[in-house]
Amino acid sequence: MIAKMRGNYLLLTIIIIALALFPFVSDSRTLTILLTQIFIFAILAMSYDVLLGYTGIVSFGHAMFFGIGAYATAIILKKTEPTMLSFFLSIIVGMLLAGIVSFIIGLLTLRLQSHFFAMFTLAVSGLFLVAAEKSRTLTQGNDGFTFRAPEFFADRTTFYLFVLACLLIIFLLLRLFVHSPFGSVLIAVKENETRSAALGYKAIYYKVMSSVVAGVVASLAGSLYVVSLRFVNTSVMGIDITLNALLMTIIGGVGTLVGPILGAAIIQLAQHNLSNLAKTYPIFERWIIFFGIIYILAVIFFPKGVVGTIREKLGRKS
Amino acid sequence: MQPILKTENVTIQFGGQVAVDHVSCEIPEKHFKSIIGPNGAGKTTFFNLLSGELKPTEGDIFLRGESISKLSSVERARKGIGRSFQITNVFPNLTVLENVRLAVQSRAGICYQMFRYSSSYKQLIEETEKILSEVILVDKKDAIASQLSHGEKRKLEIAMLIALDSTILLLDEPTAGMSLEEVPIILDVIRNIKLAGEKTILLIEHKMDLILDLSDSIMVLFNGQLIADGSPKEIMNNEMVENAYLGGLYDDDIIKS
Repeated sequence: MIAKMRGNYLLLTIIIIALALFPFVSDSRTLTILLTQIFIFAILAMSYDVLLGYTGIVSFGHAMFFGIGAYATAIILKKTEPTMLSFFLSIIVGMLLAGIVSFIIGLLTLRLQSHFFAMFTLAVSGLFLVAAEKSRTLTQGNDGFTFRAPEFFADRTTFYLFVLACLLIIFLLLRLFVHSPFGSVLIAVKENETRSAALGYKAIYYKVMSSVVAGVVASLAGSLYVVSLRFVNTSVMGIDITLNALLMTIIGGVGTLVGPILGAAIIQLAQHNLSNLAKTYPIFERWIIFFGIIYILAVIFFPKGVVGTIREKLGRKS
Repeated sequence: MQPILKTENVTIQFGGQVAVDHVSCEIPEKHFKSIIGPNGAGKTTFFNLLSGELKPTEGDIFLRGESISKLSSVERARKGIGRSFQITNVFPNLTVLENVRLAVQSRAGICYQMFRYSSSYKQLIEETEKILSEVILVDKKDAIASQLSHGEKRKLEIAMLIALDSTILLLDEPTAGMSLEEVPIILDVIRNIKLAGEKTILLIEHKMDLILDLSDSIMVLFNGQLIADGSPKEIMNNEMVENAYLGGLYDDDIIKS
């Protein structure tokens, strides 16, 4: 058991070091940017896993928290001098807003049964999307706007390393969170709500807190995402973002935290490569169709996701 | 002395069906009361009313003189009403240890801690293991609950109840479906709880020898109504009980076998 854990830590350290050294070894700018995107979506997918995998909540509105972070950072960097201070401030503002919004929405709706909750989140995130489109003075709607990133991030490598550090910190924090006494109650509520009530656990409280944590982390991912693009438009609030997070979590392995990171890598690489293939084979213009096929196959053959299936084969408990 | 638990005309209707019909009873503190009656008599429904899974359509339930009819099952659990379920009701994908630890940490009140690994609470785990050894389940502590045998799940259920350390225990057929070797283990556990003299216990059972051995008093439900309530001796000599219950039991046995 302990040897196994040491092995895991060793593997983790090796992967981290390899990823940290990557930009110094490779001079492929495209690959560095792609990896940065993977890390950002990995953070988003992990936050979704806290909801889906550890609390059993299906949300179709996760993009709104991503969007809140994205707009908070973009607007603050646009309106103020793009320093690191205002960057960090914008992250905190985004997280606070996301936390408050998820708290209120959670409190209002998490008493609903799961599918009603899912529909409600879809509606609310639609509302946020429309709000972003209509508040043109602030967001310039669908056209979006560009802004300058802090000088510190001018070098793609620095930003890459910064995002990698964020991913590592969030991963370790969330792992602590789901393995804490609080996290074990989340799993209990997901598994059997009646039983957890008989043990004195009020499900709604734990569900709301879980959705706040997920919202706050998603907001961080949004902040990082717009800095990587130096551009923001309403697509950050779109359903595509939520569906991506959902796919990454499911394909990687629900309720594993490592899975969503892997899922983010798989989906981002697939998107990148499939759309590249379109240059030679026009059929790949419709790469999203292939994507659907990959997804269906994954759900049929790996219902527990890549990591879940591997763990099952190794015969150990998640 | 004020009864710890009291019901007054507690009634619940599902549509036209009256499942529990104006049941009034008093349970003194540290008392062992069994509830018997044929299948469908409303025993489990009565438990659900006491533990808060169901709310009475009429009547009132008092805990130490205070009405608890409007409280949710969570609030009642916190006030010290713990229950085991007739149909095994554990957390299927968690290990045995995790199942019981959830109950222990609920009582210890450390469920809000987010930034510390559960595994670092050594005392909590020791306590959990102690309870598991009481029900002879400690060997299986790392097994996933859904992979346990039926009897083992029942034991786990009891272990969680002990871990909660509730003042009132509602035991819903704790030995149902257990193998002959396993029944005595649970009986010993229940007997030890009774002998420790700390808890008020309500037990639903079909095994009459067991009931007569353990109970301070017995109440009999039939078609949702309380038809008798008294000492084991009184109940055994009650003609109405014999007609209603033993007749019913006879039918049940035919159906079961």
